[in-house]
Amino acid sequence: MRSIKEETLAYIFILPALSIIFIFHIVPALYALRISLYSWDMISSVKEFVGLKNYILLLYDKEFWKSLFNTVYFTLGVVPLSILISLVIALFLNTKIRGLSFYRSVYFLPVVTSMNAVAMVWLWIYNPDYGILNYLLGKIGISSQKWLLSPYLAMPAVILMSIWKSLGYNIVIYLVGLQNIPEEYYSAAQVDGGGRFAMLKHITVPLLMPTTFFIITVSFISAFHTFTQIYMLTPDGGPLKSTSLIVYYLYQNAFVFFKMGYASAMAFVLFIIMFLFTLLQHKFLEKRIHYEI
Amino acid sequence: MKTKVFIHIVLFIGIIIMSFPFLWMILTSFKPQDEVLQIPLKWLPTKFEFSNYIQAWESASFGRYFFNSILVTVITVFGQIFTSALAGYAFAKMKFTGKNLIFYVFLGTMMIPLEVTLIPNYILMKELGWLNTYFGLIVPWFASVFGIFLMRQFFKTVPQELFEAAEMDGCGHWSYLWKILFPISTPVFVSVGIFSMISTWNSFLWPLIMTNSTNMRTLPVGLTYFTLEFSTRYHLLMAAATMAILPVALVYFIAQRHFIQGIARTGLG
Repeated sequence: MRSIKEETLAYIFILPALSIIFIFHIVPALYALRISLYSWDMISSVKEFVGLKNYILLLYDKEFWKSLFNTVYFTLGVVPLSILISLVIALFLNTKIRGLSFYRSVYFLPVVTSMNAVAMVWLWIYNPDYGILNYLLGKIGISSQKWLLSPYLAMPAVILMSIWKSLGYNIVIYLVGLQNIPEEYYSAAQVDGGGRFAMLKHITVPLLMPTTFFIITVSFISAFHTFTQIYMLTPDGGPLKSTSLIVYYLYQNAFVFFKMGYASAMAFVLFIIMFLFTLLQHKFLEKRIHYEI
Repeated sequence: MKTKVFIHIVLFIGIIIMSFPFLWMILTSFKPQDEVLQIPLKWLPTKFEFSNYIQAWESASFGRYFFNSILVTVITVFGQIFTSALAGYAFAKMKFTGKNLIFYVFLGTMMIPLEVTLIPNYILMKELGWLNTYFGLIVPWFASVFGIFLMRQFFKTVPQELFEAAEMDGCGHWSYLWKILFPISTPVFVSVGIFSMISTWNSFLWPLIMTNSTNMRTLPVGLTYFTLEFSTRYHLLMAAATMAILPVALVYFIAQRHFIQGIARTGLG
């Protein structure tokens, strides 16, 4: 009797979350798969079944490949650099230094601020005629650049801004990882005469692997979903579409060109890429991280 | 000693770079229009033009944007904490048929990118007549798998004996939750709350496609339209950006320990 009562109660407890997730995540995902097999502009009531045509069209869509390439470029620009810089800063912050919480809170500030608001500031910084970046570079003899208006520099400019925005998150996560490494490991290494770099290489970096694994996963996923700063900084996908990332192109197809089926097909390709990445990462990286204590 | 100085110097340079955009934003926001576009560039405004703020505030419905953002964020945060706590408890401490299956399906939905569900959800909102309403902005985000996961991990660490002792005193699951478990779960509530607060307050793509009138725009969407309209009047743009950032920055600096620990805890999953 009791356990039936407990079962009922448990279902009541999960019901609110379950209904939301079912209605707004699971059903729409399946429905998206269906839409991707149709040609539909959302306004007309006519939906034409086209099978896999949307997926095949994607293969021949140069702009889609360009956006995919841009997304990879963006991800490879942001993730490794952000990890490297945040690791160095976290290591410095972890040296029982005075003012730790002050430093940490400033590095973290961009994380809590709205991307739209800070993007406005970066638009101003990158302004080719009156922007402060060109002014400062001019002081050290570098000529003015077009930044967001240049097909070559627009992407690096967006990357730089994105690293600035997310750095604090990685630093905080790394600090947790560093604080979880037992002090004894270092004292033992010191007895054996290990130098600082030897300790970094043989203790800190290997023991931080689970943290790094977590950060890579989170950063990769958020890089692949990047939309807001593209929308704000480089309207229309930047000069020569040089900053048109996959989510931006998807948004344009769905809500500017009203190609719902085509955009849904694109969303599924994005899903498959992320799914494969996660699998690959588990296969190759997770084997190397089992140093947990 | 030398290394300490070196570390401080590096960290300090880092801080200047990190905070520079904010400083430049504030300085620009106080400049008279002609000084903003002056060459050679001037660092400080010759006189502080507070009227930029008034002008920016009056040129768009910022009051309304703030109200919408605060309303949507507060309700979503409490909703997520509530639904996550109940579901997290059921997954951590209760026995029911299909428990593992449902939990894995939940985790699986974390893999589905927002973009996949975007179009069907938009159509659903249209069918329900929820486009451009608070319902549409709030209800789809009333549950968070990540929140459920964090809650479950936390409740799992609470010893079973606590529940057994409460049961001896005649406590059922329901009163155990409210009287004993929830009061000791503040840390995880704060984590889930802060995570959901940051993501809801800053969310952009969904409110962008969902809203089509000034009345319903949230702050990020409002800022976007403001930027389009005043594209080169940077003193107004920076005043607007400062207004948008300042309240968040203040809350953050007052409660920064909670913010950072809250986020740090989410990394342990």
